[in-house]
Amino acid sequence: MATSTLVSNALSKDEILRYSRHLIMPEVGLEGQQKLKAARVLCIGTGGLGSPLALYLAAAGVGTLGLVDFDVVDFTNLQRQIIHSTADVGRKKLDSAAEKIESINPYVDVVRFETRLSSDNALRIFEDFDIVVDGTDNFPTRYLVNDACVLSGKPNVYGSIFRFEGQASVFGMKDGPCYRCLYPEPPPPGLVPSCAEGGVLGILPGLVGIIQATETIKLILGNGDPLVGRLLLVDALGMRFRELKLRKNPECPVCGPNRTIHELIDYQEFCGIRGEEAPASVSVPEIQPEELKRRLDAGEDIFVLDVREPHEYQICNLNGQLIPLGDLPKRMNELDSSREIVAHCRSGVRSGKAVDFLRQAGFRKVKNLAGGILAWADRVDPKMPKY
Amino acid sequence: MIAGTTQIPMKIFIPTPLRQYAGKQDAVEVQASTIAGALSELVSSHPDLKRHLYTDDGKLRAFVNIYLNDEDVRYLSEKEQTPVKNGDQLTIIPSIAGGNCIL
Repeated sequence: MATSTLVSNALSKDEILRYSRHLIMPEVGLEGQQKLKAARVLCIGTGGLGSPLALYLAAAGVGTLGLVDFDVVDFTNLQRQIIHSTADVGRKKLDSAAEKIESINPYVDVVRFETRLSSDNALRIFEDFDIVVDGTDNFPTRYLVNDACVLSGKPNVYGSIFRFEGQASVFGMKDGPCYRCLYPEPPPPGLVPSCAEGGVLGILPGLVGIIQATETIKLILGNGDPLVGRLLLVDALGMRFRELKLRKNPECPVCGPNRTIHELIDYQEFCGIRGEEAPASVSVPEIQPEELKRRLDAGEDIFVLDVREPHEYQICNLNGQLIPLGDLPKRMNELDSSREIVAHCRSGVRSGKAVDFLRQAGFRKVKNLAGGILAWADRVDPKMPKY
Repeated sequence: MIAGTTQIPMKIFIPTPLRQYAGKQDAVEVQASTIAGALSELVSSHPDLKRHLYTDDGKLRAFVNIYLNDEDVRYLSEKEQTPVKNGDQLTIIPSIAGGNCIL
């Protein structure tokens, strides 16, 4: 490997022209550009963070870009995942991303891993790369990426986003902290924000992904002051950047001197996630959208309770009474327990919790609309917008 | 609360995911003499925050970090008992996974 990279590091005449704005600055120069060309960077995910990251690393001339993704482009991705176009909807993200990278810079060698990163494949995939960039969107994969980076001694360029706030740092450096030093444990699933408070400003992964790309390039060049031992907080709404000190935790289970983790574990279990279904949605009585439609059309007395947030109601609704799930305990007295109640939300999970709550409060005639307003849009009213 | 210690007005910054439990505010003003006092005033004025910040046996949760200015409270010599002074700020930094939702 070493000899072949040495030979291929030489820049062609075309490459010299392409990278001229790098070559004429002393912080990069010919030597730096050759380092970029020799570098092998693995991007976990080609979504919100992965899109700008991969585009800029490719344009900058990183020689080998690995992409890990198993997902397919859908319409809701396009608001932020700028490596994918409208015409790519339905295609594999990997194919769409690889095509864009190749059109931006044909000198980049794109290595595709069409798989979900797992404890079984992570160390093997990481083997051929120098730096791992974490563009994932879930806790199990974050801990997996962190542990695999620490175990294999590779830098982990971290970025994370929520609504209009982001975090970035560089973990896994020899004397620096890792993600577990910062957060030894993930939040239990019940305390992870749900749809009601989810969402992300489309431009935010752009901001954070480009910070990750910048840190990656600095690591490759060996230049500047890397974001090691520092957590950068980005508040896009206030447009404020803050920096907090991060320390290596001497009791860290994966990077501390008395570490207890010596191999990858089951991260789904570690994060308390068992199966894809949320338990609340299975244990309560349900009504199918077709049946609700038939009974409403027949003029039956059914009280439709919408437990989503007001801004969701504005997108589409079934003319139900809006009481957001979080307000239900204090507004329960607005409901008539003698009437038949059908609760719904977007997909059926929040309303499952609402039905469970109301049943425990003594409501007997309350059901959950199976699959939520999404299922209604699919099966009853195709004109209804989905989100 | 220790008698004789001065109560300092200070700001606690609430991160987006927890604002729904703090009356949708991005910062809460409290009067306190220590970090622990400030946090206890925060959860007594916003009880819904309690289970997000503390475990059932009253310990700060492992996925919530509290910073006094730019320093992690876990690494201060007096930890949560550290006295606060004028102009100090507390920031709660929860772990965030990404922009996804769990349904």
